Amino acid sequence: MTERMGFGMRSGVNGSAEAEAPADPPLPADARIDLARERADSQVDEVLDALDTELVGLVPVKTRIREIAALLLVDRARARFGIDSGRPNLHMCFTGSPGTGKTTVAVRLAELLHRLGYIRKGHLVSVTRDDLVGQYVGHTAPKTKEVLKRAMGGVLFIDEAYYLYRAENERDYGQEAIEILLQVMENQRDDLVVVLAGYKDRMDSFFSSNPGMSSRIAHHIDFPDYTGEELEAIGRLMLAREGYALAPETEPVFHDYLERRRARPRFANARSVRNAIERARLRHANRLIAEGGRVGRAELTILQPDDFLASRVFTEKAAPPG
Amino acid sequence: MRITQGTFSYLPDLTDEEIAAQISYALGRGWPCSVEFTDDPHPRNSYWEMWGLPMFDLKDPAGVLYEINECRKAYPNHYIRLNAYDAGYGRQTTALSFIVQRPPSEPGFRIDRQETSDRRVRVSLHAYATDRPEGDRYGS
Repeated sequence: MTERMGFGMRSGVNGSAEAEAPADPPLPADARIDLARERADSQVDEVLDALDTELVGLVPVKTRIREIAALLLVDRARARFGIDSGRPNLHMCFTGSPGTGKTTVAVRLAELLHRLGYIRKGHLVSVTRDDLVGQYVGHTAPKTKEVLKRAMGGVLFIDEAYYLYRAENERDYGQEAIEILLQVMENQRDDLVVVLAGYKDRMDSFFSSNPGMSSRIAHHIDFPDYTGEELEAIGRLMLAREGYALAPETEPVFHDYLERRRARPRFANARSVRNAIERARLRHANRLIAEGGRVGRAELTILQPDDFLASRVFTEKAAPPG
Repeated sequence: MRITQGTFSYLPDLTDEEIAAQISYALGRGWPCSVEFTDDPHPRNSYWEMWGLPMFDLKDPAGVLYEINECRKAYPNHYIRLNAYDAGYGRQTTALSFIVQRPPSEPGFRIDRQETSDRRVRVSLHAYATDRPEGDRYGS
């Protein structure tokens, strides 16, 4: 009698064989694993190289991320020998001034962890206090849990995390959100990675009032401010990406502009550079329209010194420090 | 008597990994999932209690599985099912619905016959579980 299966039925023999196939037996103790090939297979280098070429400076950050990538690769190799080393704790805290690339690095990190198989989906859910904390009693817990569920399989990025805790109001609902967060960070480490971000000094006081949070975060990564040269390199990168270039005589002006801008209050590193370029684009466009006449590719892409010199930064005196 | 409602109900109970695989299929098709529970096994009881709101914008089955486990903790002796909605038709359409937990023992049903006028007989299905008040119908 031929064996026929009804619709939707599973054959016991085939089904169990398929289910067991992915679980490789552990390698013998004297086997060798080619780490370089493992590395190439995981395509992790693409992400790390992109991190290197597209982000200027940030040496301590890149070093730490390379270390994490190495650890996860080695853990994978160890797992193939059957050595159970437990899942590393990868919750992180990014501290640094505004515009130092915290969010950008978080996006790259999610991609990296996904390629290394640490998280299943590799998406980034970026939230702030508003998304986690409710407005009335009993509103916070479901709200926080919903965000956590959305982030599962990926990275939850909490920007300006110190706003979650308001020391001046002890009945603030932020505390409830922190407690749920801590619980999930501890119990569902397999499902998501939490990254807290914020300014250094305020994060420090946030951690001192929430010691439980600090101890559950293994990696505290500080994003240094960019130097003048790095800012120029960032500016050039942004211009190139948007299809603009600086005229040779604009170079010193751009350099001078960034120096002056850095000295002013509320300087936000790469974000200020982006804004400066946006404004230069406006002036460039306005200049071209005002001049009228025929334009070619060169006129449309090259920024002249005037596009920067018209800035307020050059006309005003150096602002008082503050 | 095992009740057979929803998809997969003639198969052995799904394990959590199998449930997660079904959820990822649903999420991959863009169907939001929701969890419902009841302790009235009658086949015409189609409106089960909702365990929270349907979950939108999820990417990973872990979030849905978390809610299933929370519901199992709160109602260890109830039926729990998972629904996935396909909003593609412009109206709420259940695309997938299957039981993820059933009570340890299911006493089954009996048929009640009621004689009415002209020797007609009305038949009704009575679940033994509903002899006891809602909330302690199974074990506990």
